Amino acid sequence: MAYSEKVLDHYNNPRNVGALPKDDPTVGTGVVGAPECGDVMKLQIKVGANGVIEDARFKTFGCGSAIASSSLATEWVKGKTLAEAAAIRNTDIVQELNLPPIKIHCSVLAEDAIRAALADFAAKQEKKA
Amino acid sequence: MTVKLPIYMDNHATTRVDPRVVEKMLPYFTEIFGNAASKTHSFGRAAEEAVDKARLQLAKAIGASSDKEIVITSGATESDNLAIKGAAHMYREKGDHLITVCTEHKAVLDSHHALEREGFRTTFLPVKPDGLIDLAELEAAMTDQTILVSIMAVNNEIGVVQPLAEIGKLCKKRGILFFCDAAQAIGKIPLNVEELGIDILAFTAHKLYGPKGIGALYVRRKNPRVRLEAQMHGGGHERGLRSGTLAVPLIVAFGEAAELITQNLAEETARIAALRDRLWNGLTSQLQHIYLNGHATERAPGSLNVSFAYVEGESLLMGISDIAVSSGSACTSSSLEPSYVLKALGVNDELAHTSIRFGIGRFNTEEEIDYTIARVVDVVTRLREMSPLWEMVQEGIDLRTVNWTGH
Repeated sequence: MAYSEKVLDHYNNPRNVGALPKDDPTVGTGVVGAPECGDVMKLQIKVGANGVIEDARFKTFGCGSAIASSSLATEWVKGKTLAEAAAIRNTDIVQELNLPPIKIHCSVLAEDAIRAALADFAAKQEKKA
Repeated sequence: MTVKLPIYMDNHATTRVDPRVVEKMLPYFTEIFGNAASKTHSFGRAAEEAVDKARLQLAKAIGASSDKEIVITSGATESDNLAIKGAAHMYREKGDHLITVCTEHKAVLDSHHALEREGFRTTFLPVKPDGLIDLAELEAAMTDQTILVSIMAVNNEIGVVQPLAEIGKLCKKRGILFFCDAAQAIGKIPLNVEELGIDILAFTAHKLYGPKGIGALYVRRKNPRVRLEAQMHGGGHERGLRSGTLAVPLIVAFGEAAELITQNLAEETARIAALRDRLWNGLTSQLQHIYLNGHATERAPGSLNVSFAYVEGESLLMGISDIAVSSGSACTSSSLEPSYVLKALGVNDELAHTSIRFGIGRFNTEEEIDYTIARVVDVVTRLREMSPLWEMVQEGIDLRTVNWTGH
């Protein structure tokens, strides 16, 4: 498989690898995928009082394209409002990373991970209210 | 220490042609270029002589009692097809039942599927978690209608060696033909068709440091005399079993490659096994949670199929891109399914996705093994640090209790 330069760059220099405290009420955590399918992504966002995503982290078990998709997703959500982050589509990721058709599911998983993190944050807010 | 990169460690897929073999074959392109079937002139006779010599070298390499038992083909896939379809069609009157194993090469499995469409029945034996068949299950599967048992010598993915002598005895006892796909075995383990009771045996040049595009099928002539129905019709070459002009340079090379194996097998396999052990010991001394797939000792010397838990195989291959190996991960195939061989062993999909196949061969060195150990340890460590599964395991979470959102 030939990888695009952008996939290689994210694989070799992944942005925002790590973890945020998942019990922090300002942190939303999304875990999607399954080990038996060959990819699991964990994406976390930290949301400021103004509703803007201040920080993001990821950890991914998966192929290079899955790692690159989640790395890119953390880059993109940072500085965005919750609504803006929710508008990120997998097709944007496909385009940015030049993913071949067989790797489109990696971008879908990254979109799912963003949504799962947003949903977790929203659930925490509701609980608090 | 300097190592020339990239390193080739995928010797199950194919091997580099030994320079001594290339040297032997070259004159047969330009000087001794006759058609081995041209008996009317010296060009043809010289080619025929070269083929005869190679046939003897091939017979000797597998312990065949006569060079007349060697049928030249284009490779192991053709040999597999000729053996299985040829025997099934020839002995159709005697029975319609075939036995093979679910971890066989696709050329064997798909030949059986083709025969099933013609009305034959096949028993696909399972394997134990170590990759070996259960002999009692084989015996129980044999019926009065069984005409052929097809079981490979060395598995191409995990390197395990099936109990060939015992299989040969069971087949002999029941009067059933035993076909063995030995593509991965010749040159890796000592193999003698007489001692093992093998009636038909497929092998190929490019797995034993010869060129691609040339293979052979051993077909026993005595005790019993095996007859096959030809699958390729034409000028009646190879005693009518495989028509087509003989590829003299490739046959010469195949013979020479087999000769080198016959001369140096014990020494070569000992050296390769030592490299394999060095690799395994190097990896296990520095990494936790790594698993050997397949039987620990009943295996070909150069073969090591390892699962690196919590690290997806393709991402590992990407990190060690200067080392040529292969993976059982679905992501490296077009099917999106992890290896059917690992699945047959009961290796769960999760671990199958993390498997890497190392194939050590004649041209690998200790320096290359040490470089490989260092690279793999480095990349696995880095990828585990970014693996959510590794993080969960470190936190004491049992991954089987997690409610995953499969897609």
